Amino acid sequence: MRFVDEFRDADKAHALAAKIAALCEPGREYKFMEVCGGHTHTIYKHGLEDYLPEQVVLVHGPGCPVCVIPMGRVDDAVALASEPGVIMTSFGDMMRVPGSHGSFFDAKAAGTDIRMVYSPLDSLKIARQNPDRQVVFMAIGFETTAPSTAVTMLRAAAEGLANFSVFCNHVTIIPAIKAILDSPDLRLDGFIGPGHVSTVIGCRPYEFIARDYGKPVVVAGFEPLDILQSIYMLMVQLSRGRSEVENQYSRVVPWDGNLVALKAIGETMELRPYFEWRGLGFISHSALAVRQPFAAMDAERRFSVPGVRVADPKACQCGEVLKGVLKPWECKVFGTACTPETPIGTCMVSPEGACAAYYNYGRMNRHRVAEAASAHSAGPA
Amino acid sequence: MCLGIPGEVIELDLERPDLAKVSVSGVRRLINIALLADDPPKPGEWVLIHVGFALSKIDEHEAAAAMQFLESIGQAYEDEMAALRESLIE
Repeated sequence: MRFVDEFRDADKAHALAAKIAALCEPGREYKFMEVCGGHTHTIYKHGLEDYLPEQVVLVHGPGCPVCVIPMGRVDDAVALASEPGVIMTSFGDMMRVPGSHGSFFDAKAAGTDIRMVYSPLDSLKIARQNPDRQVVFMAIGFETTAPSTAVTMLRAAAEGLANFSVFCNHVTIIPAIKAILDSPDLRLDGFIGPGHVSTVIGCRPYEFIARDYGKPVVVAGFEPLDILQSIYMLMVQLSRGRSEVENQYSRVVPWDGNLVALKAIGETMELRPYFEWRGLGFISHSALAVRQPFAAMDAERRFSVPGVRVADPKACQCGEVLKGVLKPWECKVFGTACTPETPIGTCMVSPEGACAAYYNYGRMNRHRVAEAASAHSAGPA
Repeated sequence: MCLGIPGEVIELDLERPDLAKVSVSGVRRLINIALLADDPPKPGEWVLIHVGFALSKIDEHEAAAAMQFLESIGQAYEDEMAALRESLIE
């Protein structure tokens, strides 16, 4: 019995699913990766995979910028927060990410001045209100969020604020996708491109996937029908032997992206030669650092951080989940030692993480629970 | 969090062209519209807001669809709205 959340336009969903099924060649598997937490939510919440033929498999890739921060870097952030006189400011979803010696939440409970903010502009305000303290903003996120950090830094510079700095951990999506395409672990047939990241970077950056790797890419919206339509568009391309970038989310995503945002990033930040991604190892030119003209606002230069590389806990299989090699329920500690309340790895900590998404939706879905049980006994699929 | 939240532009301030007052699910807040400097939004238009910044303009239909998506996310969306309420950008 199917136990799937109904949503409006269920008829249209069935119709799209039928069109997708009609394009499936017998005996062939189709594996599509999506790299966006919002897409993962929609897919799990509405059980979209149940609408699709069994041959079509969806894999969640490293779309959670919190999830890919290695433990050593979290330790660096906690060390910064513990510097005398520092007020650390951070988005909420960073608060419970575990480092070697606990998270921001743990440090805060022990008396460290760490404050949750909604926006980097809130952090700027705290800096203005506390001229005798050093305010550090924990900057995380993909290109969706980097422009906001950039504009905030430009504001701080214009105001001549001397007590504000940024611990920059912005990562870029394209090198991560390339690393996955180069990885022998996974054979993918196409990509469902992220929605909001693309409002900033546009669609051009994905062209190398189609051109150099021969895989189609469709940038998709967040509604169930958007995702189903995008999968249909991928299938059409494959059936015609095409590999191109298409924009299913053109009502929001401009092909060229947001040039003002890209310019702000370019003024304040530059690509690091390499950066470590949890689960993916070191990837070149995959993260941003503060540019030299803004060095006074670079927390890494203003303070010293331990910079120690820390291996993930042995039990943690976040790496494989992030690459899409394992499904959340295939991780040995999923739901037992690792839960949202007691997370071992970041895939469970962040609401955007594949494991957290599955844990929150999968439990309510009897069909998936039965599937998970048989997967555990049968071994990884 | 990487959530983009739809908001309706209510008011602009001639003295502060980089800010706009928006209504997000009934919550009125100032947000920064510097990223839309090439085509600034006007009162009555909708924008996609992310950590206090307008990222792009959207139409009313898309705003409604985005709201429905966010409400379906549950806790993560509530946390984002709680954070927005605490935020007082100036």
